[in-house]
Amino acid sequence: MKILVPCKRVSDPDNANKVKIAEGGTAVVADGLEFKPNPFDDWGVEAALRLNENASTNESLGEIIVVSFGPAEATQTIRQFLAMGADRGVLVKSEDATLDSYVVAKGLKAIVDKEQPDLVLMGKQSADGESGAVGAILAELLGWPLAFSAATLKTSDGGKTLEVGREVDGGILNLSIDGPAVVTVGDRIIAPGAVKNGVTPDDHAYPESDSGRYASLKGIMKAKKKPIEEMELSALGVEAAPTGDYSDFTMPPARSGTATFVESVQELVEKLQTEAKVL
Amino acid sequence: MAKVLVIAELTEDGVRKATLSAISFAAQAAGGTGGSFDVLSIGAAATGAASKLASYGAGKVLTATVDGGYVGERYAATIAAAVKNGAYDVVACCATAYGKDLLPRVAVKLEAGIASDIVGLNVDGGTLKYRRSMYAGNVLGTLTLSTALQAVSVRQSEFEPAAESGGASAVEAVDVVDDAVASRIRFVGVDVVKSERPELTEADVVVSGGRALKSAENFTNVLEPLVDALDAAMGASRAACDAGYVPNDLQVGQTGKVVAPKLYLAVGISGAIQHLAGMKGSKTIVAINKDKEAPIAQVADYFLVSDLFEAVPALTEAVKAAKAG
Repeated sequence: MKILVPCKRVSDPDNANKVKIAEGGTAVVADGLEFKPNPFDDWGVEAALRLNENASTNESLGEIIVVSFGPAEATQTIRQFLAMGADRGVLVKSEDATLDSYVVAKGLKAIVDKEQPDLVLMGKQSADGESGAVGAILAELLGWPLAFSAATLKTSDGGKTLEVGREVDGGILNLSIDGPAVVTVGDRIIAPGAVKNGVTPDDHAYPESDSGRYASLKGIMKAKKKPIEEMELSALGVEAAPTGDYSDFTMPPARSGTATFVESVQELVEKLQTEAKVL
Repeated sequence: MAKVLVIAELTEDGVRKATLSAISFAAQAAGGTGGSFDVLSIGAAATGAASKLASYGAGKVLTATVDGGYVGERYAATIAAAVKNGAYDVVACCATAYGKDLLPRVAVKLEAGIASDIVGLNVDGGTLKYRRSMYAGNVLGTLTLSTALQAVSVRQSEFEPAAESGGASAVEAVDVVDDAVASRIRFVGVDVVKSERPELTEADVVVSGGRALKSAENFTNVLEPLVDALDAAMGASRAACDAGYVPNDLQVGQTGKVVAPKLYLAVGISGAIQHLAGMKGSKTIVAINKDKEAPIAQVADYFLVSDLFEAVPALTEAVKAAKAG
């Protein structure tokens, strides 16, 4: 099947505590931060690869297109996913500050209209902005069904019908969907048995991992030759006009600061009773 | 003069507690601008829930009965029509799995700007300004939307649940509107994870365990007695969920649930930044860990440097004694 995977580069979530704020709280300063692919999108690409391969023969069953919005540097993020095994990339050149969920979703709609994928598979949110709205907006603009926060994904007819288990509070909500559809994912989608495509044997065990597969050296070499199409946002007929403005950036209020180290369970209980008054 | 419509999240036989936080937000937005708020009760149990929702000071409680299990595609068009017909300025919902799925779809139908998972509200000369948490809880920013209509989801832990006002709002049915896309998505069922304990996002006390517990048996035999002694909800780090010690829906963190209880105990959790994002809003944080250099120390109020297999049983007994005494 043909799968479109939108992805975003984000400041390295493991270094998020190094995020700085400009004087006056006017902006988040990204200078000096390392960027890496949004981990939710990494899980999306891994799920797309599992849907589109026979894992016992390594045969590809279709095409995976990775799309990103951002400055030229976002090419690097696309290239990383191509090295994992995606087939080609699209970079919609734009300034990060002019993008919001609507602008990105409208751009994606134009690309979906052109590419006609069987499925859009993407992270349920970015690790930096955390709005989690692009997938839903895209589904609505396309008039497609949406499965938000999928933990399991099964198809046996190339995506014409999808069995999806959504993570909800208190359990898993199971849906049956006629494709094409938009499916957004969290980390559960890369559990060993979470994705079934009807081709890879059902008992095939993908490894336990907290990230998608690593790129092999061969994958990295091949990725250098895979095409990345570049286009301007305006060429998609989308205006870079965010629906909102951010101001007053601050760091969250510091917690008590340094932890009080206690020596014994008895001392801990006393502190919780008399100081914190929570017991 | 903001006119706000709250979409209530219902349970099989009532109202999800998180809805009361969304009602609090609506009351604040309405109060700050001289406006008003109503509540929409939508779902299979909409009529029954409406009588409960009528006691929180809303002008009206609207009802829309949609049978079958929850599918966003079967709700969004009805909600959007109710917002248009009622000339609302803001449509709000709790930022639970339900709200995160449903609200953006409603927003698009209304061309409304979206403020997701807000942690605070400022009213500035009649303009609503939304505080949001970003970068795994490391940055707060204020979002001002330029659209006429605005869609807002509300983080439960940051808005006190609304209290019953004693009055009774008028109840009024609205039209259920079909959406063509709904025929392509079918509700199959919910695999419910049953627990006798409080819901993670609603509990006053949360006890979470990490990989250092080493096994599912140790969660049961070592951690659970402490959880129950404190009448707490049980949580876990991603590592403990990934290792299969506990079900995934107990995961606290950026990729799991965000909690902010009065007391949070992190047992054998080192404190990866994704975990901290899910719990650092808690009022009092206690860490029990062998390694005093663990990153959890950055957010802990109290830190017991100890082997958890010694400390947790002792703490369980001490808590029982304290509660009894």
